[in-house]
Amino acid sequence: MFKYILDQISLYAIPVIILLIPLYGMTKKVKVYESFTEGAKEGFTTAVRIIPFLTAMLVSIGIFRASGAMDYFAKFAAPVTNLIGMPSEVLPMAIMRPLSGGGASGIMNSLFTEYGPDSLIGRMASVMNGSTDTTFYILAVYFGSVGIKNVRHSLPAGLLADLAGMITAVFVTNIIFG
Amino acid sequence: MNYIFSFFILGGIIIAAVNGRVDVVTTAAMTSAGSAVQRAITLIGIVSLWLGIARVAEKSGLIDALSRAIAPLFRWLFPSIPEDHPALGCILMNLSANMLGFGNAATPFGLKAMQELQKLNPYPDTASEAMCTFLAINTSSVTLIPSTLIALRASAGSKNPSEIMGVVLFATTCSTLVAIIGDMVIRTLCRKGRKN
Repeated sequence: MFKYILDQISLYAIPVIILLIPLYGMTKKVKVYESFTEGAKEGFTTAVRIIPFLTAMLVSIGIFRASGAMDYFAKFAAPVTNLIGMPSEVLPMAIMRPLSGGGASGIMNSLFTEYGPDSLIGRMASVMNGSTDTTFYILAVYFGSVGIKNVRHSLPAGLLADLAGMITAVFVTNIIFG
Repeated sequence: MNYIFSFFILGGIIIAAVNGRVDVVTTAAMTSAGSAVQRAITLIGIVSLWLGIARVAEKSGLIDALSRAIAPLFRWLFPSIPEDHPALGCILMNLSANMLGFGNAATPFGLKAMQELQKLNPYPDTASEAMCTFLAINTSSVTLIPSTLIALRASAGSKNPSEIMGVVLFATTCSTLVAIIGDMVIRTLCRKGRKN
């Protein structure tokens, strides 16, 4: 029942929004079509403006990933993460998560294949993936779109939040599913 | 950002060289550069769609109404944004899309929010405090329904793909609280001689 409601929400949320907003606009006598195209006109420049920042971010992360540096990092951090109850299999995903959403989902999927999504490792990977975000990507795109170069304390704040999400994920998964 | 960028590139190339696999650096650099543009191109359509919808919402007064409704909470989180400013409505739409797990819709509203915040920013190449707070909350992503995650678990053959929802909600709430507190603490520490 619960799952059914969730499915319906994810199914209908976007169509309902796309229906209701123009409908509301019409009742307020807004020229819906003209307003839509006027707003959409900015889509091109907005998306193109982020290309340099996206390229810099994805290229540097791509090189770092391909070089195998991640494995060294994982080996280096393993003693610490074992201490808090994180299986070392999950660690590469935890490191990948702030860098690349696709990369982290890839690692999670291979963990699902190897250990099963309902194993402790599979569940922990899921919780970690769901409770954190691709901090580097978001910062590059959002700040890039308005041409900001000095991001100040948003990077440490974002990474701190990711770390907190990861640690909570480990503890709570161990308590609930362990 | 400078250090991070240099660290990834230098670290990656040195380790690849040590492993005797410098060739992967070239491949990785070229494919990533290509995928950056591909991603931006895909975004053009999605961003256009949502910016169009957002403009309709703005003209009909919906964004203003939302901004007013959320004002008490946002006045505390973003003291530097004036009440009734459209940035608040955009931030709200971005965070709601994030909460429901619609990343595609969240990004355009987020970019719009950044443009609105940039209008209030006295130093155009430096992040304002409101931007830092917004991104701290955004990157810590409070998720009510992690729809993509549930779909991935289901396709991997999980017996109960949504069983992790409660735990995710708890962990993500913790990380958002840490983000808000962390942002406030670091902001106060960094504030020496700086006001924006």
